[in-house]
Amino acid sequence: MSDELLKPDELIANIEPAPPRKGWMDTPINIRKGMYCYASNHKSVASLDLPNARPWNPLEDDWKLPENWKDIIFNGFRERLDKFRSFKVFMDICVRCGACADKCHFFIGSGDPKNMPVLRAELLRSIYRNDFTTAGKVFGKMVGAREMTMDVLKEWWYYLFQCTECRRCSVFCPYGIDTAEITIMGRELLNLLGLNIDWIATPIANCNRTGNHLGIQPHAFKDMLDFFVEDIEEITGITVEPQYNKKGADILFITPSGDVFADPGTYTCMGYMLYFHFLKEKYGLDVTWSTYASEGGNFGLFTSHEMMKRLNSKMYAEAKRLGVKWILGGECGHMWRVINQYMDTMNGPTDFMEEPVSPITGTKFENAKSTKMVHIAEFTADLIKHGKLDLDKSRNDHLKVTFHDSCNPARAMGMLDEPRYVINNVCNHFYEMPSNTIREQTFCCGSGAGLNAGENLELRMMGGLPRANAVKHVHEKYGVNTLSCVCAIDRAALPPLMEYWVPEVEVNGLHEMVANALIIPGENERTTDLRGEPLAGMEGDDVE
Amino acid sequence: MKNYLLSLIAVIVLALIAYVGAEAATWPQYVFGIIIPYLAMTIFIMGTIRKILGWARSPVPFRIPSTCGQQKSLPWIKQSKIDNPFTFFGVIVRMVLEVFLFRSLFRNTKCKMSKGGKIFFDLEKWLWVGAIVFHWSFLVVLLRHLRFFTNPVPGCIQFLEQVDGFIQIGLPGIFLSGFALVAGAVFLLVRRIVIPQVRYISLASDYFPLFLIIGIALTGILMRYFTKVDIVGAKEILMGLVTFHPSISANINGIFYVHLFLVSILLVYIPFSKLMHMGGIFFSPTRNLANNSRAVRHINPWNYPVKVHTYDEYEDDYREKMIEAGLPVEKE
Ligand code: SF4
Ligand code: SF4
Repeated sequence: MSDELLKPDELIANIEPAPPRKGWMDTPINIRKGMYCYASNHKSVASLDLPNARPWNPLEDDWKLPENWKDIIFNGFRERLDKFRSFKVFMDICVRCGACADKCHFFIGSGDPKNMPVLRAELLRSIYRNDFTTAGKVFGKMVGAREMTMDVLKEWWYYLFQCTECRRCSVFCPYGIDTAEITIMGRELLNLLGLNIDWIATPIANCNRTGNHLGIQPHAFKDMLDFFVEDIEEITGITVEPQYNKKGADILFITPSGDVFADPGTYTCMGYMLYFHFLKEKYGLDVTWSTYASEGGNFGLFTSHEMMKRLNSKMYAEAKRLGVKWILGGECGHMWRVINQYMDTMNGPTDFMEEPVSPITGTKFENAKSTKMVHIAEFTADLIKHGKLDLDKSRNDHLKVTFHDSCNPARAMGMLDEPRYVINNVCNHFYEMPSNTIREQTFCCGSGAGLNAGENLELRMMGGLPRANAVKHVHEKYGVNTLSCVCAIDRAALPPLMEYWVPEVEVNGLHEMVANALIIPGENERTTDLRGEPLAGMEGDDVE
Repeated sequence: MKNYLLSLIAVIVLALIAYVGAEAATWPQYVFGIIIPYLAMTIFIMGTIRKILGWARSPVPFRIPSTCGQQKSLPWIKQSKIDNPFTFFGVIVRMVLEVFLFRSLFRNTKCKMSKGGKIFFDLEKWLWVGAIVFHWSFLVVLLRHLRFFTNPVPGCIQFLEQVDGFIQIGLPGIFLSGFALVAGAVFLLVRRIVIPQVRYISLASDYFPLFLIIGIALTGILMRYFTKVDIVGAKEILMGLVTFHPSISANINGIFYVHLFLVSILLVYIPFSKLMHMGGIFFSPTRNLANNSRAVRHINPWNYPVKVHTYDEYEDDYREKMIEAGLPVEKE
């Protein structure tokens, strides 16, 4: 972690206790180090044919915009009002009741009033009133209208990249105003001027070219999984044989590349491999990985609807090419928002696949009969319910687990009980965090929507404060040492957050625990979990 | 100047204009009693229709409900049918609870932090209580006023009056709703001024309708309990308006015109302001859609083809390496 980062107590002491006396329209924008992400790399932007690719720096006065940038914003704004009812209605009906204000983790962690969802939205609304409403044109500032200026644009950029599109605000708003939706629109507008951040721009460029955000080329992708094959063999004595790009397989498995790439997500990836091996040996389940569709996540969602569609299209294209029956999706948050709310609409219909049925239990996944994509937690819960998995819960006894609901599976899908059912069947010690911080009220990791960079660590630590606080609570109360989740971004974002706020807690994945508990025919007696950590009672003689 | 003072002054000035005008001579009574109400009603109706058609014209390209409970998935997992509806019926129940009981607002909490940096969430129901009192009493007051626009007065309105006026202290009987309306509006106003965050986000256009509504309610109360307006005369004017035989009545004083004028202003204000939230809630895609887009394909009317990096292009980029790594390829 960088040396410049504030200490936790300093960060808490820095939370602004009350808004400034001066009105928000008169408070100038101050782009602060540690709070923003670096500008998009022009090569990445150019490789996708997105507008205004050029090197630029947010700290410089000149953002190198096209001459007619105001027209571009104006026309882009109008186009989106005409295309999205959500945007139009949300621009009109906010009553500024403030119910959403202290629901945003960035506001709780910073106290910056422009991080109240309502004010984040007002940044755009003020321009909307000025440009598109009668009242705004006549009464101006009195009704909250203001003209578009360079400072306003900078303010948009700064605060729209301080929103993780987590939708927590929308749960509490009496009209369901979803500031995430407004942020999505705002980011689309910014992208018309080439104003993205690099932690999004480069992953989408990678994903477009290599099939995944991390830019892993096909042979390297296979190499990485082969590496896990060795690790698995060392721990279990079992040689798993993942299949790649296999035509005629029953099921195509797609998961975020983050889990292939970095710890601790890699253990979840090993978990999947072991799990699929078990299902193949025992039930003949034929699953293939793809190197072309080697990304479950979709940073296009954080750029524009069009970019989201471009990247997402690979899933169905690959399913069609390989001729699989249906698609199984791994653990990821925003990936599932895209699959649940956008994929079929954007890239369907999918008449080349079958309605998903578990070949092992015969269960029809009715809720996925059109998209033909099933979440692995749904799939596993069904297997467990039918007693198809041989599980030894005690192999997770060294873990005292709590579960972090990722924003998107919670508030853009509602997958809450499936993972809990699985957890309760694979481990003995599970403790919930307080009810205002889980399920649909869950708090964001603070690094979603493409904000998981290194240079904005202060922002991430403050945004993750409410989540960390709840973990700390169960850590102190029950001795929780493991924060489980169903999201690859979480597995990248939460470890530094825990290290900062609750250093004793590690982060893992649901299917890492499933694989720990899974009794596989022919395996050696397990003395460690997939991480090589000794199991409970196996710590060796010198311990205990 | 402070936002709320500006709005307060605006409402006082408007009230004075109507009062002085109506008391000074007869002709302004035609203006405040006939011309302006007709004008206001016309603007209200046209403006509201325009706004609603405007919303309706924009399509709903994606299904984006905020899911506030368990999805429908495996048959043995209990779905939260209201907070995460899968069917149209579920959506209706969700909307009804939202519109009539402000269900989302009921979830409200208040976030607090202790010195040691521990975060707490207190239940915060006051905003919900205030909002419920305000909106429901407003509705009752509105319905009660139908007695001025109907002849004979329908039974249900008479019944409503009886319920609303169950407290009898002297004459005329007290209608609870009018006082509740003032109390609710004052609460919302005070809250807006006192809570620093809410004050910070409040615009003059947020205070204005509150002052306006308080003004309307107070003039109404004044007429009923204190100046004892000539009810027959008032009804004559109002019946005249709705039957398109407008007239004015000699026995009606200035307060009545202030009341009517402020109502007219409110009517004009609605379609051009946030007060359209009463219509907007029905159009809110995070609330009025079922979360079933994995089971039923949602159609986007402007869905268009996009540029994609196809598998063939991908294989062209990496064919050698793929073959070397033993990955299957389409073209050797
Ligand atoms: S809760 Fe909704 S209506 Fe209230 S301020 Fe927030 S966005 Fe506006
Ligand atoms: S979507 Fe999340 S991060 Fe964005 S404003 Fe709402 S609560 Fe804050």
